[in-house]
Amino acid sequence: MKEENVIEVNQLTKTFGDFTAVNAISFEVKKGEIFGFLGANGAGKTTAMKMLIGISKPSSGTAKVAGFDVYSQTESIKRNIGYMSQKFALYDDLTVKENITFFGGIYGLSRKKIKEKREELVSELGLENISNKLVGSLPLGWKQKLSFSVSLLHEPKIVFLDEPTGGVDPITRRQFWEMIYKAANQGTTIFVTTHYMDEAEYCDKVSIMVEGKIEALDTPKKLKEQFRVDSMNDVFLKLARIPSPTLPKGNGENIDRN
Amino acid sequence: MKRFIGFIKKEFYHIFRDRRSLFILFGMPIAQILLFGFAITNEINNVDIAILDHSKDASTEEIINKISASKYFTIKQMIANEAEIEPAFKKGKIKAVLNFEKDFSKNIIKERKATIQIITDATDPNTANSITNYVNSILQNYQQSENKSIQIDYQIIPQTRMVYNTELKSVFMFVPGVMTIILMLVSAMMTSISITREKELGTMEILLVSPLKPFQVIIGKVVPYIFLSVINAIVIVVLSIFIFKMPVQGSLLLLGLESVLFIITSLALGILISTIAETQQAAMMISLMGLMLPVILLSGFIFPISSMPVPLQIISNIIPAKWFIIIIKGIMLKGVGMAFIWKETLILIGMTLFFIGLSVKKYKIRLE
Repeated sequence: MKEENVIEVNQLTKTFGDFTAVNAISFEVKKGEIFGFLGANGAGKTTAMKMLIGISKPSSGTAKVAGFDVYSQTESIKRNIGYMSQKFALYDDLTVKENITFFGGIYGLSRKKIKEKREELVSELGLENISNKLVGSLPLGWKQKLSFSVSLLHEPKIVFLDEPTGGVDPITRRQFWEMIYKAANQGTTIFVTTHYMDEAEYCDKVSIMVEGKIEALDTPKKLKEQFRVDSMNDVFLKLARIPSPTLPKGNGENIDRN
Repeated sequence: MKRFIGFIKKEFYHIFRDRRSLFILFGMPIAQILLFGFAITNEINNVDIAILDHSKDASTEEIINKISASKYFTIKQMIANEAEIEPAFKKGKIKAVLNFEKDFSKNIIKERKATIQIITDATDPNTANSITNYVNSILQNYQQSENKSIQIDYQIIPQTRMVYNTELKSVFMFVPGVMTIILMLVSAMMTSISITREKELGTMEILLVSPLKPFQVIIGKVVPYIFLSVINAIVIVVLSIFIFKMPVQGSLLLLGLESVLFIITSLALGILISTIAETQQAAMMISLMGLMLPVILLSGFIFPISSMPVPLQIISNIIPAKWFIIIIKGIMLKGVGMAFIWKETLILIGMTLFFIGLSVKKYKIRLE
């Protein structure tokens, strides 16, 4: 059986004026794969991701996400993906239940389905006792796990995680990755950006972006062999040198936010 | 549609769980209307004055009696000589001194002319002006009553009639202004803050990645505020009718429709602000400095536009509040119908469309 590509990116480019944030990147992601999208701050990860999730128009190149074109079918893309951003993004002043109901609602799930999902999710995360508490009162680790579960509510084909484990303790990170594995095993494709190189080892395939270009793209094992080092950390250090000082400061990741 | 209802429900949770926004929404309108209605007034009442009477004769006594009988003045102090005037003012108690010259009655009879000096504390120029006018009219009144017996060649008797606010109640002037400010504040500031809040928290990104269309997100954010602003408008009108006996001469329906129009104008401004501002604080500053100040200073709410320098008069035209104040003053005080305010209404509609168009354009640029 031929393995299905759920993301196909070809020569995708994004420029802001004279500055090229993403420079002709190409890669493919297969169904159920955990794809690690690595790069230093300002390497263009977030910009690239925004083009794939349909909130930023590419300058050139082509890309298909879940079989839909990023130029003309962003609505269909949005229906088929989940997204969790690096900023924690549930509503602090809504309870756990209300958050689940709200996000289920905007994805158009039926009331019955929402109720079903809500109960399932609450018991899976062990939140029975606090499901009526405001999310703002939960510890960060729980919020992030909840946030991830919410991004899977509508059973998307692909879920995009933008630095999902920033600022949480190693144990929670471990649990978080167990959740990611579980989702991947059920056939959800995971597209994850991260800073933590130990997390890169968990991925099926990684790409490393340096100054807008993809400099490495393979399984962690092969990359380590190729660069003749023992860890992904060393691979990364070999590739992602300190950004050259001629570039504008904070480029790429900050520019696209405005 | 079901998605939409869920969205609006969420918006109400935000509003009702945040004490600050609840206070701005419901505490402020009531506080403002009461404050402007009771505390801040242009009328003068029971102003403390002092009298320096050099003649102490029949005429001066009669004038003093007339003055103290009026509800405008209270005679606080009798002063013996000029040297005491300055200290009396400095103590800050009195606002004016009436100085009757020596031999007042005698001069009236002999020279057919007598002088009263009115000295006012002009640290507050408006009050000083009013005091002078009120004293003058009391004096004129006295003169006319005295002159009845005497034959003069002719007499001009001005008959003044103040229409639309016969009692010159300043609250009639403030209610339309306060209503304008509150609708503007609630609609523009609260929406711009609530939209930028989602941007700050990162939830806006999540919403944009969801199947909701950007315009659905914005409308979902705005609808609850239309609803709350309408309630506010009703509260203000009810308060002013029952507490301040403010008349609504024209059609209540028209008043309601025009208010909804102005609410939408303000919401459009709020959306525009939220496309510029990245943080809640920035949104609040822009709303306060960019909207509140011009509304208070240039809308004709407190300072009459016709007495402004020409450049400011021209600038005042681009302030939506100016047109809304003209409209509601017309409906509430003069009882006019659409035939008299269609021009102002059209201007507001035009401004609203302009703000919406500009927001859509800015929003698109942001998404590029």
